[in-house]
Amino acid sequence: MDHLPASSALAVPRRATLLGLASVLTLGRVSLAVADAATEQRFVVVILRGAMDGLSAVVPYGDPGLTALRPELVPPMPGQNQGLLDLGGMFGLHPVMARSHALYQANELLVVHAVAGNYRVRSHFEAQDYLESGADHRMTSGWLNRAVAAMPAQSQPHALSRAIAVGPSVPLLLRGPQQVANWAPHGFAEPDQGIYRQVMSLNRSDPIIGPAIAAGLRDRGFGDEVMAADKDAATGPVPGPVQGGGRYAFAALAKAAGELLKAPDGPRIAAMDLGGWDTHTAQVPRLTQALTQLDTGIDALRTALGEAWGQTVVLVMTEFGRTARINGTRGTDHGTATVAFVAGGAVAGGRVVANWPGLGTGQLFENRDLAPTTDLRSVALGVLVGHLGLNPTALAAVFPGGEPAQPLRGLVRTA
Amino acid sequence: MDLRTAHALVRFGMGPTGAEPPPADPTAWLLGQLHQADFSVDFSGSVPPPSTEEGLAALRTDRDARKAAREADAGMATAQPVPGPGGRLTNFGPPRPEAGTQGDPAMAGQPDPAMAARQVAVAGLARSRSLYREQGLAAVGRAVATRTPFRERLVWFWTNHFTISLRHGGCAAVAGAFVQEAIRPHVTGRFEDMVLAVMRHPAMLIYLDNAQSVGPDSIGGQLSHRGLNENLARECMELHTVTPASGYTQADVTAFARILTGWSIELNNEPAGFLFRPRIHEPGEQTVMGRTFPAGEAGGIEALRFLANHPATHRSLASKLVCHFVADTPPPAAVRHIEGILRDTGGDLGAAAAGLVRLDDAWTPGTKIRTPLDLTVASFRALQVPIDPSPPFLAILAGLGQPLWSAPAPNGWSDVAADWVAPEAMMRRIDWAFAVSGRIGQRDPMTIADTSLGPLLRPETQMAMAHAGSRREAMTLLLTSPEFQRR
Repeated sequence: MDHLPASSALAVPRRATLLGLASVLTLGRVSLAVADAATEQRFVVVILRGAMDGLSAVVPYGDPGLTALRPELVPPMPGQNQGLLDLGGMFGLHPVMARSHALYQANELLVVHAVAGNYRVRSHFEAQDYLESGADHRMTSGWLNRAVAAMPAQSQPHALSRAIAVGPSVPLLLRGPQQVANWAPHGFAEPDQGIYRQVMSLNRSDPIIGPAIAAGLRDRGFGDEVMAADKDAATGPVPGPVQGGGRYAFAALAKAAGELLKAPDGPRIAAMDLGGWDTHTAQVPRLTQALTQLDTGIDALRTALGEAWGQTVVLVMTEFGRTARINGTRGTDHGTATVAFVAGGAVAGGRVVANWPGLGTGQLFENRDLAPTTDLRSVALGVLVGHLGLNPTALAAVFPGGEPAQPLRGLVRTA
Repeated sequence: MDLRTAHALVRFGMGPTGAEPPPADPTAWLLGQLHQADFSVDFSGSVPPPSTEEGLAALRTDRDARKAAREADAGMATAQPVPGPGGRLTNFGPPRPEAGTQGDPAMAGQPDPAMAARQVAVAGLARSRSLYREQGLAAVGRAVATRTPFRERLVWFWTNHFTISLRHGGCAAVAGAFVQEAIRPHVTGRFEDMVLAVMRHPAMLIYLDNAQSVGPDSIGGQLSHRGLNENLARECMELHTVTPASGYTQADVTAFARILTGWSIELNNEPAGFLFRPRIHEPGEQTVMGRTFPAGEAGGIEALRFLANHPATHRSLASKLVCHFVADTPPPAAVRHIEGILRDTGGDLGAAAAGLVRLDDAWTPGTKIRTPLDLTVASFRALQVPIDPSPPFLAILAGLGQPLWSAPAPNGWSDVAADWVAPEAMMRRIDWAFAVSGRIGQRDPMTIADTSLGPLLRPETQMAMAHAGSRREAMTLLLTSPEFQRR
């Protein structure tokens, strides 16, 4: 295994995390021989919190009703200076998303438009709960967690967890019966492993804190056997400054996610968050910022994944869209349908999938929003079936209740 | 210290402190605070925190500095007012003719409130940020030093209920003043008075965009073709008062947003602060949830009092209070009891707080997990070390996942364990505990354990501390023990 590229371990940021991962990778090398090809597919879900304006991210510039609704929100036409990036004559990608446009041209980005979850609420918090629950009611677990539980039996005995939340906490999407890992950059001093061991011991009987610390130790590479054997872990007190900002930027988290997912024995499923989409005011500059973060983040993920990008699907989704009309403060208010992005080397992209409802008189939902014509659950199901090979009976538990959704076929390249 | 006293200090207070002896009668001590002056409003002998007016002055300073920098960049090419990114911030309020724009009623040349907000959000915020740090440290310092810790907990509870956040940059300069002026004076008063103070405070008007909302049929709206922003109206109904359980509709939200048009801020002229602007207030009466309110500022006040005293509001507030003081899953009987108190007293928050103290359910130890704020404040109260040295307290809160006055969304920070007890989050608590325990010096960790937990300290923790290799390690084990992580 000496020919494994050193960068697979060394590219991961920061000492403490590197410490954890190095242990994993060491174990990974041992178990590489038994790694199962069926688990090589990667799936990343990005939640855009705050409701992305789908009509600005992927602009239906071919719809004659568009300009009247939101004159100040429509970028210049394709071909003009800082104009839309054309997606085939009807839709254009926001001008700032050049990296995503390159993915589209390489057939690695698919856009699903006029999509919405199977709920009709305009409250962020309620809708995000439903989006992540995968149901039209609040649940205590998320659909991605249940999907992981439905995947074929664990074939990587030394893997930390099959799924990981990249960011400061585990979103509802990934919460549930299946154990998941959580990775975030951190900046506090770390005690030596003896302290960790004692803290673990004193918390073991606590029903909530005990399991969390155990999982946290495992995520950092301090499995029971590792703690006993890994002398490198005994680093002693190293007081360090608290840092935020850069290491928590979306592109930095996406890069870290890519490195975690790329590791031979790393997780295969990841969830991430990106905020900044609630553009009630000054939408043009605010959305430019948020879309730039998304665009560079997906690019960072792709770069970090390297060859594993070919086995990856990224689903980018948001809780609902925004009003078709511009509001009184150059923004948009809470709406209904929006877009979802499906990106990755495994995606049958280069297309916009939409049963386009139109923006003309009488075509808006409640005379206000882009009308939903595709169920967001169908997009997720399309990935779970086509990419992760989940069988239809397992899927009933992933998206319970309400009208059952049918998987959207053909999202993923057939090998 | 008996178990009941220790629990009172932990559950209802901010954690015991070595600075004063424990109370003899915990129930009387808690109830007494509700009728007592707030320890943290007595500034005799110290400098009072910056007011809203000073905060707004800081916003002006930052804006002017930004403008000067921009003009210098452009080689003074912007001597004439221009629309768009080169435009001028003049006010949060309505458009109004100014020197240089007289006779030009079109959009061009008019001040643009959206632009104003953006400039405040992204501009040089040097003075605002420095006010934030000053106010933030002072606020945390008050929590650590307070001798009326039950009142103090109520202040933090209600501040979170009416979340304002630095996610909107304009809030930085006035966040601390918001707590001191809109929240703190009302925590044992009537809920409707708190709602009114909050909704008129510049921090809230900035955070939820209302300062820019224009009645489409008002004089200002007709001239500028600008219109409603329903953000504050929606969150006030959804989060602050009646909640969706009351069954309101989109039409109610829109009508309430019209009522709140004109609730704005005077930024440029003295005295800076809340200002009702009739020119952008939507004319005509409005109906919200079946009740009709007249136009004008009085209509807004009336509507807020109506929402504040609605039965659905009492139910929602009771549930949140019981969740905070009893358990993550509020017992229905306890919620009904507090709801009844709020109903019968016309929303008397002091009576509700007293009701919580008298709930038997509230006296089961350890049912709540300390948030990062609770944990750090309790640790500093236990350790009795100064809060300001490096690493800075505010950075600690950010690193533990709860940056001060910066909740990600208007629903504020979660009050349930599931949202705080994540694997990496707990690892960071351990790492931070280890860092702060390095400051124990020569003090005896067993004494600190006895002071901060009393009979809540478990024998196994005591044993492990006694066998620890250093004072620092013993202190780390105390701060990371489940009994200290809970309250």
